Amino acid sequence: MASNAKFNFKKSITDALADKQLRANFKFATDTLRGKRLAVFSDPEETMHLRKVGNGLKRNVLTKLPQLLEQLEAKCKENGIIVHWAETVDEANNIVLDLMEKHSAHKMVKGKSMVSEEMHLNKFLEDQGKLPLETDLGEYIIQLNNEPPSHIIVPAVHKNRKQIAQIFADNIPGVSYTEDTSELLAIARHKLREHYRTADIGLSGVNFAIAESGTLCLVENEGNGRMCTAVPPVHVALMGLEKVVEKLEDIPPLYRLLCGSATGQRITTYFNMIKGPRKAGEKDGPKEVHLIILDNGRSKILADKQLRQTLQCIRCGTCLNHCPVYTRIGGHAYGSTYPGPIGEILMPQVEGLDKKGSLPTASSLCNACEEVCPVMIPIPNLIRRLRDESYDMDGEGVVKGHGFKKSLVETIVWKGWKLTQVNATCNKLMLLGVQLFGNMLPKVGPLKAWTSVRTSPKFARQSLKDLAKKEGIRNE
Amino acid sequence: MSNTSARENIFARLHASSIAGASYAPVAEKWVPAPIEDKAARVARFVELMSAMRTEVHQVKGDEWVGKLQEIMKERGLKNLVYGQNTEISKKLEAAWKGQKDIAPLVPWTADIEEFRDELFEASAGITTTMGGIAESAAMVLWPSPEEPRLLSLVPPVHFAVVKADKIWTSFAEAIEALDWNAKAPTNALLISGPSKTADIELILQFGVHGPTDLIVFVVD
Amino acid sequence: MGNNPAKVKTVYYFGTCLVDMAYPKAGMAGIKLLQREGVEVIFPQEQGCCGQPAYNSGFRQEAKDVAWKQVQVFSGNNYPIIVPSGSCAGMMKYHYLELFKDDPEYYEVKKFCDRVHELTSYLNNELKAQYTDKGSPVKLTWHSSCHARREMGCTDDSKALIRQLKNVELVEIEREHECCGFGGTFSIKQPEISAAMVHDKVEDIKNTGTKKFLTGDCGCMMNITGHMGKEKVAIEGQHIAEFILERING
Repeated sequence: MASNAKFNFKKSITDALADKQLRANFKFATDTLRGKRLAVFSDPEETMHLRKVGNGLKRNVLTKLPQLLEQLEAKCKENGIIVHWAETVDEANNIVLDLMEKHSAHKMVKGKSMVSEEMHLNKFLEDQGKLPLETDLGEYIIQLNNEPPSHIIVPAVHKNRKQIAQIFADNIPGVSYTEDTSELLAIARHKLREHYRTADIGLSGVNFAIAESGTLCLVENEGNGRMCTAVPPVHVALMGLEKVVEKLEDIPPLYRLLCGSATGQRITTYFNMIKGPRKAGEKDGPKEVHLIILDNGRSKILADKQLRQTLQCIRCGTCLNHCPVYTRIGGHAYGSTYPGPIGEILMPQVEGLDKKGSLPTASSLCNACEEVCPVMIPIPNLIRRLRDESYDMDGEGVVKGHGFKKSLVETIVWKGWKLTQVNATCNKLMLLGVQLFGNMLPKVGPLKAWTSVRTSPKFARQSLKDLAKKEGIRNE
Repeated sequence: MSNTSARENIFARLHASSIAGASYAPVAEKWVPAPIEDKAARVARFVELMSAMRTEVHQVKGDEWVGKLQEIMKERGLKNLVYGQNTEISKKLEAAWKGQKDIAPLVPWTADIEEFRDELFEASAGITTTMGGIAESAAMVLWPSPEEPRLLSLVPPVHFAVVKADKIWTSFAEAIEALDWNAKAPTNALLISGPSKTADIELILQFGVHGPTDLIVFVVD
Repeated sequence: MGNNPAKVKTVYYFGTCLVDMAYPKAGMAGIKLLQREGVEVIFPQEQGCCGQPAYNSGFRQEAKDVAWKQVQVFSGNNYPIIVPSGSCAGMMKYHYLELFKDDPEYYEVKKFCDRVHELTSYLNNELKAQYTDKGSPVKLTWHSSCHARREMGCTDDSKALIRQLKNVELVEIEREHECCGFGGTFSIKQPEISAAMVHDKVEDIKNTGTKKFLTGDCGCMMNITGHMGKEKVAIEGQHIAEFILERING
């Protein structure tokens, strides 16, 4: 699932749609998550207010991103957190590896981190002979099965209980098949507790990094995040550079938006605020805390005032749950770290339209994502923007790989279409053509795609324009 | 071992980008849940919402919680209780345990985690104080300290916590202000709203995945 | 015939290209419902498409040229512009602004946008249309287009009009919020996903137990009835304007 050049979206869509179990799993999961979200955000007025606050806060961050990052870095240093900067995922991976080498670390316990998925960190570390262990239950399940996550928040959402039972039985020595979820939970708890106790290093993501105090905030329910950041002697935190927020007082609304949107909770079990390594006199906590701040294309996205809105994302995953496309094809079909609507706008900007330009076609622009986005990212407009850049007809594209789709045929088709809509004579001729021949068109090209599951459109003998004229409707 | 050229390159791009993409950003509106003025109502809301997330809440007066704690420990057959010394609750614990033979032992956390780790991972319960509680989303505020390290509320399968009724605020925002959070927060501060939980298997809510399986809270008036 | 005693108004009618080509009866019905309220309707023969197909497909300049043409065609007077489609109305009301946001024509376009109304919301809110049902009892369901719902916010108005018809039982559909999979060129560029979506929508319509569905958007209708035709599902689809006109004329 790595960001390979051979990504074939069409084929992965076909495969995903053919998998009935997968579709059932996603339908069930997304229906449930939507319902839970609605239960928390039951008051539309308050929800709108909260979303506006979230939008304002994140937009403000983007207008002063370099200043806030400088402040965050300075405050972290004051707190004893060692800050590293990585332009690329390779650099970030190597920083992690160096830290492990420096501490002669072999076993790493990992809390959930989408940035680590973006880095393909596990694969990288395994290739170096290290043992990275996912501890979030969902991540643990898919790591056992050697798969990437299919959802930003619920990584194993594509698997049902029976499939998970099989994964446990096949991959954990001494475990026999059981569909009892509390037994499955007990097995994972038992295995992972031993790992926390003996791990050399712990890794986590960052949900919010507070610039004014140099505090790293971690949102979670399981307690694995706390385990990874408090038990091993070294804690490494990974964040995308857009995760910085200005002030502590910005946290309550953003945290509420994240919980409500992600899992339909008012609050998660744990909200962890880390301000550095163990201090003199303290009896626990890591002796070193490192923060790796990853760019990976983000600083470029900031340059465009429309596209920069992509960086407002707080990774709640609610756009996935509300997307009629995601709910049918699931996360893996997108062949990308971030699937669904947010992936459609983020991945082409990070990896290039030439590599991931097919993703923005997977939207009917129904606006369901925009309606629920907690920070009000205009996802449909950004999808349109990337479609524009895919053809780059005006030659003003800024996204890597822009214009990859330029085609003479499509250009002629749209120019011809335009003519029929702006020129009255052409419009009349077109309508006449449709009336005479529209119902006899050969089923090729677009019509073939259309009629694969539908009857041909029936064109009328007389257009509305004809009828209006006949009825004497005033023309002007 | 920070890569200085990476840092410089990133900031060069960020500065260039923020000028290129400069746009007006309005001052963000505030969001503060309406304060619940009445203390009893705040406590009631806290208790209701904490209980809804499978936290066992006991409302007690004064020092009653100590007796209740011993009762619960007996009922559940807990084999020991880890606590921190020299805290607001430690004297009461020590006094209550003094001379008691038929109760599971009280274990003080006195050493660094490196020496205490194995014992802690074998412990069956831990008890901590809290800085207070939040009513409208139901969570406790914990500021771990040298006396009560962070893992005390995480590793033992049962976590007892003592919350003072008059330290229950309406919202997180209120707690931030009341506690002078920015100036005073310790190395690690946290909110806890219930026992450890997950819904990663078929979105079925299950408790006790990594942290405590049981959270037992005494709301003391 | 008109039962609205208010002073005579004049409105423009934007029929939409799809109605023009494939559903002219629905378009005419919209005009008649407006006339019935004592409104004079102007139908400029030079009108074309709203531009949405190109706008959504990556051909912004073509969309803009077509949009500008419509702005000009409807610039003779400041009359409201009534559109029998939530999707085309949404395009004209909100997305024209996006298209022209950096252009000197912005303010002219903005004035145009402010005049755009979806048909059922204009009938319900502005004209306060009152209908007396003369048809026999019927059960049906309603399909809302995504843009009727999320851009024009006119779903409730459409339903309010249907609910005035006393012999009509409106059965709510499950997942009304969900897209039928049309999405204009989406249905051609991602035919398999679109097919899965329209299939599920037809299942949800079937589950209402009704033999008819109404909608205010002919794109969705062409998609849904097209799939029903292919699957031999005996459920009829009809544009809300055409249906109301039939019912009140008996």
